[in-house]
Amino acid sequence: MANLKTSEKKSKAQSMGMHTEVLTGRTQQKFFNPDEAENFYYFGTYDVDFNKRTDLDVKDMSAPEANKEIDNLMSQGYGTIVIKNPQGKHSLGVGILNKLNLIFEGSLGYFGMGSCDGPTVRINGRVGWSCAENLMAGKVVIEKNAGSCFGAAIRGGDLICKGSVGARTGIDMKGGTIIIGGDAGAFTGFMMQRGRIIILGDVGINLGDSMYDGTIFVGGSIGSYGSDAVDAELTKSDQDWLKRKLKVAEIGDNFDVSKMKKIVAGKKLWNYDNLEPTEKKGAI
Amino acid sequence: MCGIAGLIHRGKSSNVGSELQGMLQALKHRGEDSTGYALYGDTDGKNFIMRFKVGENVGEGSSSVMEDISVYDERKKIVDETLKELGARIIKEERTLPYSLRYEISYDKKDLLDFSQRIESIPGVEILSMGKSLEVIKDLGNAKAVCDRYSLDKLVGTHAIGHARMATESGVDIKSAHPFWGYPFSDVSVVHNGQLTNYWNNRRALENKGMRFMSECDSELIAVYIAQKMREGASLEEGMKDSLSGLDGVFTYFVATKDSLGMAKDTMAAKPLVLYESDDLVAMGSEEIAIRSVLPQEIDTYDPFDGEVKVWQI
Repeated sequence: MANLKTSEKKSKAQSMGMHTEVLTGRTQQKFFNPDEAENFYYFGTYDVDFNKRTDLDVKDMSAPEANKEIDNLMSQGYGTIVIKNPQGKHSLGVGILNKLNLIFEGSLGYFGMGSCDGPTVRINGRVGWSCAENLMAGKVVIEKNAGSCFGAAIRGGDLICKGSVGARTGIDMKGGTIIIGGDAGAFTGFMMQRGRIIILGDVGINLGDSMYDGTIFVGGSIGSYGSDAVDAELTKSDQDWLKRKLKVAEIGDNFDVSKMKKIVAGKKLWNYDNLEPTEKKGAI
Repeated sequence: MCGIAGLIHRGKSSNVGSELQGMLQALKHRGEDSTGYALYGDTDGKNFIMRFKVGENVGEGSSSVMEDISVYDERKKIVDETLKELGARIIKEERTLPYSLRYEISYDKKDLLDFSQRIESIPGVEILSMGKSLEVIKDLGNAKAVCDRYSLDKLVGTHAIGHARMATESGVDIKSAHPFWGYPFSDVSVVHNGQLTNYWNNRRALENKGMRFMSECDSELIAVYIAQKMREGASLEEGMKDSLSGLDGVFTYFVATKDSLGMAKDTMAAKPLVLYESDDLVAMGSEEIAIRSVLPQEIDTYDPFDGEVKVWQI
């Protein structure tokens, strides 16, 4: 829809130079216009009351049925939902674009809590591969272990695993924070572009391989560094941030953050400079 | 994609046929071109159990052809004569399907190489497994279909591994289905999820050492590779650890012997595995839902790390 090249009336944001690219031919790009705030609707969101609580037993439900029922409960205003008997099912809790207090009494399979934006989630069990992939905002806490590709491509929010995680944690992440209480596998932070990863335990081989940007903090030993991952100085500011973050995450009581290692991109492989439009706004 | 599952009871026997069926059926979305079981049943250990086929069940992309039952009968007859020549005595004979047979045989010699070579020199005949406890059963279809066809749900034993296959590297037929017997070792079987990229180099090297390949499935290489290492004097665990550098590609695989079960994961940890360990049971699968089919209650599970090898005894 947006053919800015031929548009006569520029929005305020455009006048300020926040959008310099020519979007001719692109059909998916929309920019928020304050004058149309009353028309702005974030699909799939509801007004919920956190004090309105209910249980949902998903033992005999398929993942789509369970997710649909969560959506239905949110539409009725339930702000706290306790999921019983998830039993390792895949794709539970995906696509929640809402403030919500969600508690899983058990473990999830693959792709749990994928593509979410806003909920606060506690999983009293383990999660399989690709938990919270593409998380935009919110907080997901896993009480036990997690599989590989934990927090793949997240853009925001806090993702916390109190146990250990598999390989490729934070692969391609573009923002947010991942905190691991235990150990992490190989290729942690693989191709990460932004955000922070904190690992209190040991980490496997090829840490931060081909990372573009972002920061990784490691409390234990490092199997090996990946291509273009280098040590950096752990500043006082870093330590203060780590303490705050671990406290909020309720993890690593009395952990000595001053002994952590800080790993960043050496930027020898840096070959991209195309920030996304929303990030350009932030930069300005 | 493929899915693998395995379990080992420590200090007791259980209905492993039914348990593995449940685990593999939970993984059927990972592939149901074929399903295979390697079951370690309770036996008196006196006789060998030989599972073999005298023909193929042919699916998409297979290089084999379906044949008339008279062809199978003729091959069976030659097998019986060859066994007699080898000094083996048939104690019990079952013919589950026209092409699939199970023999209990009395055979005194420990070296099965000559025995296997003689049997498999008969065109169209393949030994699926040979051992005093191991039985490999594999055929086209999902776990339940194969279990029902071969009545595996009542088999009692200590441990088992299995495979739900989505055919990618080779055709849909029994010869390419897992598990693979660790030829010519009694009671050794392998299942694998992944792809091996140095298959042909390794295959040529192993063939030069006298090892045999029945299919063009890359997973068969693992069984032969481990078997060769054991032949050279390595323990199961040593052979598995060696495979992490000797085999190139991405893989998670299980190996089982008469009294143990092992897992290995490649150094890139590219293939999934979830593990549950307790004092009396170890269960593992490509996905947690496989384990949940035998342990529906809340349990602690974890993903083994890259380059990890573990072996458990019964």
